[in-house]
Amino acid sequence: MKLTLHIWRQKDINTKGNFVKYNIDNVSEDMSFLEMLDELNEDLIKKGEQPVAFDHDCREGICGSCSMTINGKPHGPEKMTTTCQLHMRKFKDGDTIYIEPFRAKAFPVIKDLIVDRSAFDRIQMAGGFISINTGAAPDANSIPVPKKNADKAFDAAACIGCGACVAACPNGAAMLFTSAKISQFALLPQGQAERKQRALNMVAQMDKEGFGACTNHYECEAACPKGISIEFIALMNRDYLKASLFSKVK
Amino acid sequence: MKLDSKIPSGNIQEKWDKHRFEMKLINPANKRKYKLLVVGTGLAGASAAATLAELGYRVETFTYHDSPRRAHSIAAQGGINAAKNYRNDGDSIWRLFYDTVKGGDFRAREANVYRLAQVSNNIIDQCVAQGVPFAREYGGTLDNRSFGGAQVSRTFYAKGQTGQQLLLGAYSAMMRQVGLRNIIMHNRKEMMDLVVVDGLARGIVVRDLVSGKIESHVGDAVLLATGGYGNVFFLSTNAQACNVTATYRAYKKGALFANPCFTQIHPTCIPVSGDHQSKLTLMSESLRNDGRIWVPLNKGDKRRPEDIPENERDYYLERKYPSFGNLTPRDIASRAAKQVCDEGRGVGPTGYGVYLDFSDAIKRLGKEKIQERYGNLFEMYERITGEDPYKTPMRIYPASHYTMGGLWVDYNLMSTIPGLHVLGEANFSDHGANRLGASALMQGLADGYFIIPYTIGHYLASYTIDKSVTTDHPEFKKAEQKAYDKLNKLISIKGKKTPTEFHRQLGKVVWDKIGMARNEKSLKEALEIIPQIREEFWQNVNVTGEIGSLNTALEKANRVADFLEFAEIMAWDALERDESCGGHFREEHQTPDGEAVRNDEKFAHVAAWEFTGVGNKPIRHTEELVFENVKLTVRSYK
Repeated sequence: MKLTLHIWRQKDINTKGNFVKYNIDNVSEDMSFLEMLDELNEDLIKKGEQPVAFDHDCREGICGSCSMTINGKPHGPEKMTTTCQLHMRKFKDGDTIYIEPFRAKAFPVIKDLIVDRSAFDRIQMAGGFISINTGAAPDANSIPVPKKNADKAFDAAACIGCGACVAACPNGAAMLFTSAKISQFALLPQGQAERKQRALNMVAQMDKEGFGACTNHYECEAACPKGISIEFIALMNRDYLKASLFSKVK
Repeated sequence: MKLDSKIPSGNIQEKWDKHRFEMKLINPANKRKYKLLVVGTGLAGASAAATLAELGYRVETFTYHDSPRRAHSIAAQGGINAAKNYRNDGDSIWRLFYDTVKGGDFRAREANVYRLAQVSNNIIDQCVAQGVPFAREYGGTLDNRSFGGAQVSRTFYAKGQTGQQLLLGAYSAMMRQVGLRNIIMHNRKEMMDLVVVDGLARGIVVRDLVSGKIESHVGDAVLLATGGYGNVFFLSTNAQACNVTATYRAYKKGALFANPCFTQIHPTCIPVSGDHQSKLTLMSESLRNDGRIWVPLNKGDKRRPEDIPENERDYYLERKYPSFGNLTPRDIASRAAKQVCDEGRGVGPTGYGVYLDFSDAIKRLGKEKIQERYGNLFEMYERITGEDPYKTPMRIYPASHYTMGGLWVDYNLMSTIPGLHVLGEANFSDHGANRLGASALMQGLADGYFIIPYTIGHYLASYTIDKSVTTDHPEFKKAEQKAYDKLNKLISIKGKKTPTEFHRQLGKVVWDKIGMARNEKSLKEALEIIPQIREEFWQNVNVTGEIGSLNTALEKANRVADFLEFAEIMAWDALERDESCGGHFREEHQTPDGEAVRNDEKFAHVAAWEFTGVGNKPIRHTEELVFENVKLTVRSYK
């Protein structure tokens, strides 16, 4: 199939970017979306131009590297699918596709489709862990976890940290990302000791990074390639509220 | 060069305990005085960085990713082994040790493997305490599944995303230490060279992938946890950025590269669909628990799988290996698939594929149970191929997946360059000639959480490290200049072919001639063709853009340049190892029914290669493997 692409090109963090139009032929429907971009990049290099820079790595939908918005949707049109797992059979001959980086105040564009998501690392650093030094752990089966809770914690832990939730949110909020980590630990007995402080610290860092607030658009859940549920945001809000109202640890 | 493995004396059960007692310690207050550079922040690197920082060392980490959470450990699906014996099915440290040595076709060090089995249980404890959400039983205890090469259920798992959950556990421990300022994290920085001063590994030169700047970092020891070289095949299950550069450049600085020809071809991957393909996707080995592998009995049978009656199907693994069936180790399952396809019985448009069929399991357990066990894998398969595996069997074919070879290390995980330690897939240590499923995660975390934290102290206390060395030292300046010159050369060639085209060209040669089956002729051909491709590369590669900014084409070209040199030592190693063992199958050495034939008299050793210049044949050193606890037998899964 033949496609018309409009791709965001931006030299670096300090330069303004713009859409550039490219025509591409011979796109096979078995290609992944990124393989289609690979083909374009091969052509660009042959013409002596710079390839379109985009983050990608595992191409199995698990590393969370890909970070592009396709026709206005983070990761494109297919539900529960990262860009690398999106295949061209979902498009048709003659389509026009707009490709731009994830847009959010807290995700500055570094080049073309690459954004800086280090804010996520700093949220994690603020409390996304259980403080247990190597070697200090009791026998694994000495901490029974009801299967229901373990499964729920897994659902939250499945977050790949891609940032689609932020890009999809009209407020650029990182509530889904942050709540997924808070909930994973809140649902497990191992996470109880630091539960309140964790919620306070991670939410504070999230605000500090310039992410917006949640006003219940539910766009994050719809865009999430791993189907993380917004019920975790409710759990986080409950924990945060409890911690700020009743906790002596501030 | 005499390779001293430094294996402690005594009974195998006591070696590690004894060694831990005999190793020198560093006083807690003095640990702050040492700076450790950890390159690579996957399972091995992140777990090492976190643990060393907890102990009080100053740690700096380096990764080319934007965050440690992206490392390719994240893609490991099936699980992690441990000798917990929670199933009460006869498992023990000894059995895990035995299975791993046998699974590796008797080409691994007994002492290392025994230690691995010993610490495997601590790993599970640690990960659970970190909040890793492993699968559980209704009573709240941990669940297990079976994996290839074992007759017990010892694999712990978190759906098909075990690697993700373990990596995020190690990453969270690491981020805690970053927050406590015990770790300084350098993301989007790629190692260009290792710096050796007065014979000790003292630092690295990196390129900042955003600004393009070349910079130096000095430390008291360097830990490489930079993964394997499976992408030398171009098409593999590895992530796009996985490369050999860090370990290869350490090799060029004097570290020996051990057993490079031991590569693992994984039997269950989605087959190639066309030339545009950038990677192959793994379907977890755990699928072989419930899926049955078959091809049509007759050549050229083009009927749909549903239309082929039971008596015209060949469940070849169950037929050839009745006691392990579909759960034979990876090398054996891969070769068996190649064999039936070479006979003309392969399926799918290319004829290079076999069926992995769940219809019996769905009948027996119900669709819901299968969905619970493998739901995400089935979805992934459908997304990529457009076929629904609940209705029609999956098609699978082997692909490059893991590399058992790596930098040679002693029992302390130290390479032949003092101070340079190598962890995880980047070293050669524990898997011999074939790795068992769910053992990569185990080894990465064993190295990082439970081995290097002890052995690094012994190194620091045993050697005199000149504290006056800074990045102004001439060795740093020389390495910076060399890195810059190389990149500059790549940019200035302005040829006609892209770095990817060269990579694809190389990969085809490696797959055809140093792939699942090799012979003297194919290896000699590889040794002729690879230098030709390399020569053309340096005259005709086209890298656009500049050094001083983010440049993805330059990153790729720089990695491909190293693969083009590295592939040659793989071929040399495969040629000189004139036997078949594990993933290394020399067609000259097989039984009439196609099983590998080892030559223990001549080759029960590790081959470790020393660099002698690009294009020159490297020097082959050997470390004899002594088997005192496991009897060398013909590996049989029949």
